[in-house]
Amino acid sequence: MAVNLKVNGTERRIEVGPETPLLWVLRDTLGLTGTKFGCGIAACGACTVHVDGAAIRSCVTPVEAVAGAEVTTIEGLSSDRGHPVQKAWIAEQVPQCGYCQSGMIMAAAALLSDTPRPSDAQIDEAMTNICRCGTYVRVRRAIHRAARA
Amino acid sequence: MQTMLNVSRRRFLQSGAAAAGGLVLGFHLPAGGRLAGAAEGEAAINAWLRIAPDDTVTVTVAHSEMGQGVYTSLPMLVAEELEVDWTKVRAEFAPADQVYRNRLFGIQATGGSTSIRSSFDHLRQAGATAREMLRRAAAEGWGVPVEACRAQAGRVVHEASGRAAGYGALAGAAAKLEPPAEVPLKKPGDWSLIGTAAARLDVPAKVDGSAGFGIDVKLPGMLTATVLASPVFGGRLKSVDETPALAVKGVRAVVPLERAVAVVAEGYWPALKGLEALAPVWDEGPHAAMSDVTIRAELSAALKQDGAVAHNEGDATAALAGADRRLEAAYEVPYLAHATMEPMNATARVTDTGVEIWAPTQGQGPIQHAVAGLLGLAPEQVKVHTTFLGGGFGRRFETDFVVQAVLVSKAVGAPVKLVWSREEDMRQDFYRPAAMARLRAGLNAAGEPVAWHVRLAAPSIMSRALPDYVKDGIDPSSVEGAADSPYAIANQRIEYAMRHFGVPVGFWRSVGNSQNAFFVESFLDELAHAAGRDPFAFRRALLADKPRHRRVLETAAEAAGWGRTAPEGRFRGIALHESFGSIAAEVAEISVAKGRGIKLHRMTCAIDCGRTINPDTVVAQMESGIVYGLTAALFGRITIAAGRVQEGNFDSYPMLDLAQMPEVEVRIVESGAALGGVGEPGTPPAAPALTNALFAATGMRIRSLPLSRHGFSAV
Repeated sequence: MAVNLKVNGTERRIEVGPETPLLWVLRDTLGLTGTKFGCGIAACGACTVHVDGAAIRSCVTPVEAVAGAEVTTIEGLSSDRGHPVQKAWIAEQVPQCGYCQSGMIMAAAALLSDTPRPSDAQIDEAMTNICRCGTYVRVRRAIHRAARA
Repeated sequence: MQTMLNVSRRRFLQSGAAAAGGLVLGFHLPAGGRLAGAAEGEAAINAWLRIAPDDTVTVTVAHSEMGQGVYTSLPMLVAEELEVDWTKVRAEFAPADQVYRNRLFGIQATGGSTSIRSSFDHLRQAGATAREMLRRAAAEGWGVPVEACRAQAGRVVHEASGRAAGYGALAGAAAKLEPPAEVPLKKPGDWSLIGTAAARLDVPAKVDGSAGFGIDVKLPGMLTATVLASPVFGGRLKSVDETPALAVKGVRAVVPLERAVAVVAEGYWPALKGLEALAPVWDEGPHAAMSDVTIRAELSAALKQDGAVAHNEGDATAALAGADRRLEAAYEVPYLAHATMEPMNATARVTDTGVEIWAPTQGQGPIQHAVAGLLGLAPEQVKVHTTFLGGGFGRRFETDFVVQAVLVSKAVGAPVKLVWSREEDMRQDFYRPAAMARLRAGLNAAGEPVAWHVRLAAPSIMSRALPDYVKDGIDPSSVEGAADSPYAIANQRIEYAMRHFGVPVGFWRSVGNSQNAFFVESFLDELAHAAGRDPFAFRRALLADKPRHRRVLETAAEAAGWGRTAPEGRFRGIALHESFGSIAAEVAEISVAKGRGIKLHRMTCAIDCGRTINPDTVVAQMESGIVYGLTAALFGRITIAAGRVQEGNFDSYPMLDLAQMPEVEVRIVESGAALGGVGEPGTPPAAPALTNALFAATGMRIRSLPLSRHGFSAV
């Protein structure tokens, strides 16, 4: 079966089982490996991408459910690491191992697009991604920094 | 692990390799004489750095980057001596080669918080040697004395004539020169890069998705596999009907292994669907009846007998008998999984002529040995490419997942990327051992401890991983952090009862320190309260002849406001622990809501790691180690029933998240002492600092982890 998607601004026609999670279409079919596999049950957020501007967990999202939608991955957030969230992430030196950071950044970008000046409580609510390196204190600082930018 | 390092260092020095200057400096380039990533026009000055015509310096990083910052801090050591702007420095991972061995281990591997310590001298020497060669190349080109040529910010300058040349222009000529036998190294007071918060070199690639992790590897003709090993530890694959998997679109093959079955497909998803369609039949082996109940019973029984003596000082038995007050308590911790964010994976290409591996690994040397043994090759014939690691924490020191990838690639005759599901990752780990302890102590009439008797019972990691290090019943990694207490107590006896179960155990961030710090620092807190003393003052009094420990303890206490009234409803707990050559103290400040909800307000940490290479990395590693320790203390528990792990994913093995995360304040104590590690020492004090705070808040003494077992949660 073919599914039509717009990924990072480019129309894509993908021949794949309709139940295939968007994550694996992005990673294995389209080669967009910035989006990560962490748990497969929407618990960790490493696979977070934007679908029509909203943060979703692509590991449990069947590709057919996003047919016709606009998908943005970390590769499409900016062409030059110039998105305010990416700049704040660099300024605060957030990443350690870095594996969860694509998902963190996409979650933060969606939060800021809905809530330009989030409170700590709003950050707590939106940022449920797991980081085993414990970059949380810097993630919070970087979101506040990006909000001020 | 500390003891292991000392032993291996001794062996290494005895081997004489350290005396061969050229080898130590690594002037022999790896096989082929050309660094893997070198482009045309780039000149490799030695095995550690090459310089491009645009003056960019690329430093070879022999250690694995799993978040701890070595991709930045190791090049800093080279750049400091080379005299080059940090903005011109790049890093790249080394190929597997003995030149790049860990000088404390003797083979190439990352662990034990050793990366800086094992590299500090030879990387600075590599940078200084290159600097001298560049100066000499310039001097010879200009026909002036080398003494008149100064290296500065990526250029060599001859002030008298006003001539100057960039390193890029000089590198070709410099690379042809014979390296000087001895080079002067800068004095610490002259450092301009070491000690600064230089920007991490891996951050740009980690904010745009371009950083290459093991799971991102792609080769021409590559297939993807996933695997299920016997859910019961020690079980074997008896049989499997391959048909249902082969019926899944995209599945190419089913590969039965001795203890597992793999499905090979065009991508991960069809491989997983194929695997889920299988109903493998297992020979469950001898551990099918094993459970937490049987394991605890055996550990508990072990505590009732004398153990092997790990440390003995004075006469603890007599001092206990003669003490004014005696205390006794039993402590316990469960098995823990590493749960790296990136599940285990490796890519292998086995051909008739050799094998090539791409892996997020902490153990390039161990991989070479394991795979060479498997395929009948010499270790140096196993080519290993190191990727970024999505977390390591000791798990990626093991080679099991790499061996699987090699076997599957060999079976299907194609390059194979083998990726574990999260469930496989959690159920086929090498776990932090479950452990129990019985602690006894005696106080004199003044409330001072005069006797200290610890008996530990736990599985041994080294018996499997490095059996040479087990002597007289003592696995040094099982007793570290208990047998080497900094506290002045005249009569001490530390015993260890080694017990083996079918659950694989391995190195988990801070290893034995992770449980022993909890035992020791909790029980010490019990003594302080029994003596009616402030827990900080009680510890401090026992550190009279340990000025570094004392200063760290005082620094953490002062920064946390210890002794001053905490905000309404908040309570503090303190813990101190030395591990991996560094000393860390932490103060937890918490409040406890109705229904046992713990609010972590603030963690304050002081760390003395001797000297600081990059202070921001040290801070980040303390933040990281604290989260790792708090997560385990609050939630971490792997349970065994019917010989298998019950947990499988983050829903049943939860992690601390951002909303639950406390503020963290880190104070670095610059003692100038010998270099210590920073990747692990932040973890051990976290659990006892938290449970000691909980005692202050509730009067409940927590003697077994995690806190969730006692009905506590994080809010």
